[in-house]
Amino acid sequence: MASRPIAILDHVGKTYQMGPVRVDALVEINLVFEAGEYVSVMGPSGCGKSTLLNLLGCLDRPSTGRYVLGGVDVSQMNDDELSEIRGARLGFIFQSYNLIQQLTVLENIEVPLFYQGTPPEMSREIAAEYARRVGLGDRLKHKPFELSGGQQQRVGIARALVNDPLVLLADEPTGNLDSHSGAEILELFEALHEQGKTIILVTHDDDIAKRSSRVIRLRDGQMESDMRHG
Amino acid sequence: MDNFLTRTAQNRFMSVGFARVNRTVRLGFKSLWLHRLRSLLTVLGIVFGVCSVIAMLAVGEGVRHEALEQIRRLGSNNIIIRSIKPEEERSSAVERSYVLEYGLTYADIRRIRDTIPGVTLVVPGRIIRDFLWNGRWRIDAEVVGTVPWYHEMRLQALSEGRYLNDFDMEDSKNVCVLSREAADRLFPLTPAVGSNLRIGGDYYHVVGVLAREAPVVAPGGGNSSGQNAAQTLARAFIPLTTAKARFGEVLVRRRSGSFEAERVQLHEVTAQVHRQEEVEEIAKIIVDILDKNRKKKDYEIIVPLELLRQSERTKRIFNIVLGSIAAISLIVGGIGIMNIMLASVTERTREIGIRRALGAKRRDIIFQFLVETVILSGSGGLIGVVLGVAIPFFITLFADMTTIVTLWAPMIAFSISGLVGVVFGIYPALRAADMDPVEALRHE
Ligand SMILES: Nc1ncnc2c1ncn2[C@@H]1O[C@H](COP(=O)(O)OP(=O)(O)OP(=O)(O)O)[C@@H](O)[C@H]1O
Ligand SMILES: [Mg+2]
Repeated sequence: MASRPIAILDHVGKTYQMGPVRVDALVEINLVFEAGEYVSVMGPSGCGKSTLLNLLGCLDRPSTGRYVLGGVDVSQMNDDELSEIRGARLGFIFQSYNLIQQLTVLENIEVPLFYQGTPPEMSREIAAEYARRVGLGDRLKHKPFELSGGQQQRVGIARALVNDPLVLLADEPTGNLDSHSGAEILELFEALHEQGKTIILVTHDDDIAKRSSRVIRLRDGQMESDMRHG
Repeated sequence: MDNFLTRTAQNRFMSVGFARVNRTVRLGFKSLWLHRLRSLLTVLGIVFGVCSVIAMLAVGEGVRHEALEQIRRLGSNNIIIRSIKPEEERSSAVERSYVLEYGLTYADIRRIRDTIPGVTLVVPGRIIRDFLWNGRWRIDAEVVGTVPWYHEMRLQALSEGRYLNDFDMEDSKNVCVLSREAADRLFPLTPAVGSNLRIGGDYYHVVGVLAREAPVVAPGGGNSSGQNAAQTLARAFIPLTTAKARFGEVLVRRRSGSFEAERVQLHEVTAQVHRQEEVEEIAKIIVDILDKNRKKKDYEIIVPLELLRQSERTKRIFNIVLGSIAAISLIVGGIGIMNIMLASVTERTREIGIRRALGAKRRDIIFQFLVETVILSGSGGLIGVVLGVAIPFFITLFADMTTIVTLWAPMIAFSISGLVGVVFGIYPALRAADMDPVEALRHE
């Protein structure tokens, strides 16, 4: 596989100041993610996994260090520019699906396209295509509460894919699912990996981690290990 | 920025376009429809505010229109002087046995005519309350002794026959012109013109009938309640000379058991002023002339132009009061909307986080919530306008009152309610946009 760096974390740190208390959520993180990688981030609760993912997803800015995404330093960008990047080249998948309840399946998948200014007919077409790819072609008009957890997470995946992201970021995507639906979601991830998508997912599950191509372990906001296999 | 990161530079351009606004509006309706009862209750303040203002304006405009119409009918260049019984005489009239003398005299009008150059016409009139008889059929009426040009001056239109003329006057003929009411009631079946009627012991030939007038309500308050009742009475106009000859100067009236005699030379004088700017000044001079020659106040003076001004003043005050009520109700309505929108923003923190994560900028969030607030207040305004236009319609239908809905009232009310949405929507929208995406996503 061609090794092309997509995301580079250069001495990245993140600290939260809560009154007099300083929390170092991430300390001196140096990481390079390459195109097509399937990365698991592991570690005990509170070690900074979600913080790392939020930084990678441009939802937050690092306190120190540089973050270069797609060849562009995004660590000092303003709010609007970060929103632009999130909408254009990043895909988020959440543990609790985070679908908008008053919108239908199709409309939920369309949300990122809407903020990209994609014309309505085109956006509907693209969204319907991605719904089909995750196996929900016949549920376009359904509301989220009419779907099972596994189906809702598939809507979430379709929504994350709809803008053809550089990186898919998933924070415990199977955390709320039973083992069967969880396995289905993982199969979907693997299929996406086969197609060359770059995926970074946070998990507590060793079995899931084993199926990925690289495992990063964090402890107290610091890198513990970084292993490639497969 | 690198095109590798954002491929959508050209798409972005149309992001402010119609399609986006359209979808945001549809989204707003959808979100509000999700809580329809809450939305309805929220806009009730705006609905009532807008509706009551439009309805009250319509009623006020109608009242003003009627007042103006009446005043105009009196003639804005006219000064009307009426004889009234002096106050002290009125109360002790029961015990009186001698003839009570009061009111305007021929000497008065001569003085007015001779001393004031701006007055082009002075029209004397005598008003006698009596019955009109058609065979055995009778109605209570005012018999007005007057001059031929009276009708013209008082803007009374003729519907049939002719006015009184100079020959009637010179020869003291027994002819009369009836008001529409009098003609309809006295001759319900046969045409009035050409018929004869009897007043007292004399027969009169009906030569004309006036067009119908709307009942005159005394404008500007109750200072002339007598006039009020008199104006709605049936009236018969006869030449002034005839009135003098037939009824004499002394009038005897039966009233609750006792007799009451009074002598009034002229009951009403209408002075027409050539130039409108001089009306009020001349009215003052007339008062001076009249007061110089009498000890007690036995007349009243009505200046339609003054009434007109007064009615405009009243209208202005009415508008200020109404405007204040409107402003207060719209502010209250706006606060209600703001309150609900703040609650809605908190409730939808998660949604805001999701949208931010998926590429919404702060201004997209602001726009979304602002649109929602404007939809709320705008539809409140719209409902208010519909009700506000419907209510005057029903008032006219059932209460028989003139109401006028001016075009600008609903338009202004509606645009202000939209403006209320923007003003009171900005703060909640900013609150929504200021949320940190990460925190918003973590919100339960
Ligand atoms: N907004 C914040 N303010 C203050 N401290 C924070 C904030 N967000 C995270 N932290 C702290 O940063 C550390 C890392 O949090 P993070 O959510 O990244 O952990 P995590 O590895 O995702 O844990 P889990 O596996 O339980 O999800 C924790 O100690 C947490 O208390
Ligand atoms: Mg976490």
